Amino acid sequence: MAILKVNDLNVYYGSIHAVKGVSFEVEEGEIVTLIGANGAGKSTTLNTVAGLLKPRSGSIEFEGESLLGIPAHKMVSKGIALCPEGRRIFQNLTVRENLDMGAFTRSDSEAAEMREVVYDRFPRLKERLNQRAGTLSGGEQQMLAMGRALMSKPKVMMLDEPSMGLAPILVQEIFDIIKVVNETGTTVLLVEQNAHMALSVADRGYVLETGRVVKTGTGLELLNDDDVKKAYLGG
Amino acid sequence: MGFLTNLINGISLGSVYAIIALGYTMVYGIAKMLNFAHGDVIMVGGYICFIAMNNLGLPPVVAVLLSMVGCTCLGIVVERLAYKPLREAPSLAVLITAIGVSYLLQNTALLVWGADPKAFRSIVDLPSIKLLGGQLTVAPISIVTVLANVAIMVGLTLFTTRTKMGKAMRACSEDKGAAQLMGINVNTTISMVFAIGSGLAAIAGVLLCSTYPTLMPTTGSLPGIKAFTAAVVGGIGSIPGAALGGILLGIIEIFAKAYIGTQLADAIVFGVLIVVLLIRPAGLLGQEIREKV
Repeated sequence: MAILKVNDLNVYYGSIHAVKGVSFEVEEGEIVTLIGANGAGKSTTLNTVAGLLKPRSGSIEFEGESLLGIPAHKMVSKGIALCPEGRRIFQNLTVRENLDMGAFTRSDSEAAEMREVVYDRFPRLKERLNQRAGTLSGGEQQMLAMGRALMSKPKVMMLDEPSMGLAPILVQEIFDIIKVVNETGTTVLLVEQNAHMALSVADRGYVLETGRVVKTGTGLELLNDDDVKKAYLGG
Repeated sequence: MGFLTNLINGISLGSVYAIIALGYTMVYGIAKMLNFAHGDVIMVGGYICFIAMNNLGLPPVVAVLLSMVGCTCLGIVVERLAYKPLREAPSLAVLITAIGVSYLLQNTALLVWGADPKAFRSIVDLPSIKLLGGQLTVAPISIVTVLANVAIMVGLTLFTTRTKMGKAMRACSEDKGAAQLMGINVNTTISMVFAIGSGLAAIAGVLLCSTYPTLMPTTGSLPGIKAFTAAVVGGIGSIPGAALGGILLGIIEIFAKAYIGTQLADAIVFGVLIVVLLIRPAGLLGQEIREKV
């Protein structure tokens, strides 16, 4: 059974119809990616699942239970974490404090346990615990954003453009970490403009264009699809 | 010795401004609004304490606690009824509402307690302390005020850096959306900040009235505006900034009164605001807003 099931989702910004009947499913243990150009509705979809935006219609089910009407701050305790676009770490808080905020809904002992996991995944964060997060480099900030999301011990971790603005070597590092996070039992829903990287780690992918799903398949199928190649993989 | 006396009085008055400024700055930090009714919460705090001491005959400590509880509740109720419905509204609407709440509180006080000034009895009923062979006199309330300010600053610093809710407050101040993604209930956090700010306003009201013992419905408005100035001078949104701005303004005001003239003192205080804002638009300890792309 799908852990996350989105059906016929419609989201508006005022009168702008940003997401037009998007449906997709994420099975437990999978990495699923939504790819597409700027403005295709990928981030809107994630933000709606996270409860930051209210859909006009459609359904979102998590572990068979509807998420509609549940405020964003209650999603974390259900097991859904979003690592948002642009990272949005708390710049004036230290690295350690940012991680603590990630575990806001967890008990102290759970937080301590997850801290060890996060230090293990991101040794560079451990070296900078008392540094103000705003002074980290872009790559480190991305790692902190992911570490912070991981601190809530999510069942599904949603990542919005984790590769944005990063050097290729860092992009590789980030995607390697995403794979490890997935292999250690976290389901991943990934939104990316870097379609090549996303499809090479994903089990399955959905292609979004102007608010609609236009194509779906396994990562490999989409990587070899002529239309996808032409539109997103540079021929 | 005049200089030293003035300095002590300045620091004491400045400590009151600092405690009021904290309320402005914390509320601004999290709700991005200027709560112009904050000064009037001070006045309400003064009245509650006055009634508890004079009409109910309660000991000062109990009266102060009662005043804090009353103002904390008032702060939460005002936020819930007047500001929360305007969370998504333009900031001008919120500002006008705050001014409206300010007048509402003043006029309600006028109705309930009348326009006659009440003679506030100091919460510290001790004789003045004479130092340096009687040349320097210090009012005990000045010492209590300064100590209260130090205790509050230390307490708030510990709260915002050591506790989960305090860190959540700072996280909310920075990015409400991201804070929600952490599972932080932004509305509860904002309520909490209003509660803390209003509780502090009660303390400030009691200390202010103990030093300047005339209590009337407009008692809070001028100190409120000066404390707002202090918050801006120090850098709005910054807790140490509120302390620095408050004490600086208190000292400037007392010195201006002593050496230049009482009439000009307020003009000088607000003149300082203009100068500081011209030189450092974000305030002395305020942060320029930077965006990392």
